[in-house]
Amino acid sequence: MKLRPRDLPLLVAAIVLVTAFAAGALRYDHFASVAVVRNLLVDNAFLGVAAVGATFVILSGGIDLSVGAVMAFTGVVVAALVERGGVHPGIAIAIALALGAAFGLLQGAIIRGFALPAFLVTLAGMFLARGMAFAVEPQSRPIRHPFVATTLNESATIALPLGETSTTIPLTVSIGAVTFVVAWFVLRQTPFGRRVYAIGDDLQGATVLGLPVAATTIAVYAISGFLSALAGVVFVLYQQAGDPTACKGLELDAIAAVVIGGTLLRGGVGSVVGTLIGVLIYGLIQTIITFEGTLSSWWTRIVVGALILAFVAAQRGLERVGRRLADA
Amino acid sequence: MLAARGLRKRFGPVLALDSVDLEIRPGEVLGLMGENGAGKSTLIKCLTGLHRPDAGTIERDGRPITLRSPRDAEALGVSTVHQEVHLIPHATVAENICLGREPRRNWLLGGSIRWRRVRERANAALARLGLALDVRREVSTLPLAIRQLVAIARALDIEARTLILDEPTSSLDRDEVERLFSTLRRLRGEGLGIVVVTHFLDQVYAIADRIAVLRDGRLVGAALAASLPRAELVAMMVGRAIAPAAARASSEAERPRAAALSARGLRRRGALDGVDLDVAAGEAVGLAGLLGSGRSETLRALFGADPIDEGAIEVSGRRHSIRSPGAAMRLGLAFLSEDRRGDGILPSLSVRDNLITALQAQRGILRRVGRREAAALADRLIASLRIKAPSASTPIARLSGGNQQKVLLARWLATDPRVLLLDEPTRGIDIGAKADVLALVASLREKGLAVVFVSSELEELAAACGRVVVLRDRRSVAQLRGADVDPSAMLAAVAAAPEGGARD
Ligand SMILES: Nc1ncnc2c1ncn2[C@@H]1O[C@H](COP(=O)(O)OP(=O)(O)OP(=O)(O)O)[C@@H](O)[C@H]1O
Ligand SMILES: [Mg+2]
Repeated sequence: MKLRPRDLPLLVAAIVLVTAFAAGALRYDHFASVAVVRNLLVDNAFLGVAAVGATFVILSGGIDLSVGAVMAFTGVVVAALVERGGVHPGIAIAIALALGAAFGLLQGAIIRGFALPAFLVTLAGMFLARGMAFAVEPQSRPIRHPFVATTLNESATIALPLGETSTTIPLTVSIGAVTFVVAWFVLRQTPFGRRVYAIGDDLQGATVLGLPVAATTIAVYAISGFLSALAGVVFVLYQQAGDPTACKGLELDAIAAVVIGGTLLRGGVGSVVGTLIGVLIYGLIQTIITFEGTLSSWWTRIVVGALILAFVAAQRGLERVGRRLADA
Repeated sequence: MLAARGLRKRFGPVLALDSVDLEIRPGEVLGLMGENGAGKSTLIKCLTGLHRPDAGTIERDGRPITLRSPRDAEALGVSTVHQEVHLIPHATVAENICLGREPRRNWLLGGSIRWRRVRERANAALARLGLALDVRREVSTLPLAIRQLVAIARALDIEARTLILDEPTSSLDRDEVERLFSTLRRLRGEGLGIVVVTHFLDQVYAIADRIAVLRDGRLVGAALAASLPRAELVAMMVGRAIAPAAARASSEAERPRAAALSARGLRRRGALDGVDLDVAAGEAVGLAGLLGSGRSETLRALFGADPIDEGAIEVSGRRHSIRSPGAAMRLGLAFLSEDRRGDGILPSLSVRDNLITALQAQRGILRRVGRREAAALADRLIASLRIKAPSASTPIARLSGGNQQKVLLARWLATDPRVLLLDEPTRGIDIGAKADVLALVASLREKGLAVVFVSSELEELAAACGRVVVLRDRRSVAQLRGADVDPSAMLAAVAAAPEGGARD
């Protein structure tokens, strides 16, 4: 297949990922091991799910700042329903997912219906969801229900014959993986997915071409809300608690991963494969910094900041190169 | 049959449509004519659900219908290509043609798109226009004319009963127009009702069975093409008599003079392959050639919009390497590009602000163009180019397509350039305005400007230019001057060599 200019950022991201991994493997013993990779996936599954939601929104030319707050909100809703309300965790999770989707749908409807900037509406949504999280549970509440601790977290795992003993892949990672595959399918293979790209690329054009612009926009925010809630559930399974202060600013990490993965912030160009690479790069930087030992965790932020700048600058350059290639 | 009954549409102070009645009959091509701003596009937008009329009804087969969006119109079998080509830039040609109506697998397979079918359908739609093209290419990488053809192919992809084309030929060359027309004739034979908007008289007489004329939002008349003499049609459109095309460029321009701009051996990979060009102060030089022969590319290279790989450019006898449009502007160059939606219009700014942007850029941000100066300048330009706008503070997006084009031309005149590079300056503007633009070019030339003029209309080149450089396969191959500057000689020179068929 011919390399298209728009695939270049993705290629660069993949090269960065491989290089970073190779550098880690050369520098530290035990770095290139199944356990390290497994932990990387386990520790970043919730970020991955949230970043998939952010990919939809950003591709459509929008932004969603409410992700972290919705995650915390759904987390405490699950905890409260299960531990205080005696609801079965399965049902509690279903309710939380529905609430997240409804919240996103509402945001989308307001953005579209009143022609308001997504930035403002989801900023308000962020405060609202965070506030509601505190209203439901002022403090972190552990979840001790056996269905969560045992059934979901221990039984629903996949054992892979890798490493010295076999490696178990927890449910959270499976959820993340399924999310990525489904999102890839929807964005790449369905008419709805192509509409998401179209409205992000040229909103006016999409309207004139007769695409259902309003419905698509609203659906994108509903998906983002749903995936935020799902990321919240993954986080609950990972932490076994619902915490109203959790995931502050996580939406920005998700956006960072999306941008590093080569998706353009102005919409229309990018892919969920890139987002996967972006999330892995993000997790890998964290892992390397942990291995380094002497560096504190805020170094992750510094490196991510530098990477984003480098990527945005590189994308600019690549666009020019791409245009020249296309002309030729 | 699709019909408008008493349609009225008002934009603020402008009554864009005033009780317009129109019938689009099956098996007939209707030519819709009118000056810039007459209301043609507005009428079409009302018929296709982009605008809601303030009054009046739209009927399909005698029953009144309400169109809330372009989707509604499409569902009723009305397929449209709008004046400004709307495609999704980063999607492929195939996707653009099938977008919103992709063939899908059944729901068990997730309703996924059958990409192979998409590509086949796109190829088939393009083949109807005689176009072979890699449908996997991104639309943003294609030249404007091809994009226009892709938009038309998209309109042909559905089983429409009514096909509406708003200035579909504005960037097409003769062959492409001919192929489009033969497709339209076939579709007419199949019983489609077709509407074509165009400013070209030859074209309307070549394709239309009936001609309807709008002026200032009102339908001034409709008649069978065969029984409507040209002069009468023009009179209906403009409501005034039009002087014949601007006087032939005087042979005075032949006197040898120092070149204001001169280029030698311009090369750029994939775009130019050896172009020489000289233009003196007070001279208008035309660039003739087929689409893809390097006309626009030459202008872009001269203006520093695309870097050149090789070659020398001299301005007023001194060699310069023009690396950016900013550098070109400081040397007194001005460039009107052919893609006005892509690189020119600042849609939410007023006509006045659009007019002064180039001047402001030329001066730099420290020397602001004052309010009063801007107002005076805008008024003068609006008057001298007869730009039809409610006021200078109207957002430019509210102007009709042709009037937007005039604003862009005026924008460059505001910078008081020494060399004017014009790429299809008359595209999309009506005959009255076309004569105005040609007259303007003549007067600018007389004032001592050097003008490089690109046009696909050979008559226009003949009228405006004293000398014509012929481009073929991205290089300059011939020069015509004096009596040789006439359409048939140009056509012979342009078509002299094998054309090489493939265009992309
Ligand atoms: N969205 C809008 N808002 C305000 N005014 C508008 C808008 N669209 C069109 N107009 C005005 O309505 C009038 C008719 O415009 P229209 O685009 O229909 O002209 P047209 O006949 O298509 O001209 P052209 O040949 O230049 O394309 C013009 O005066 C224009 O300024
Ligand atoms: Mg128009």
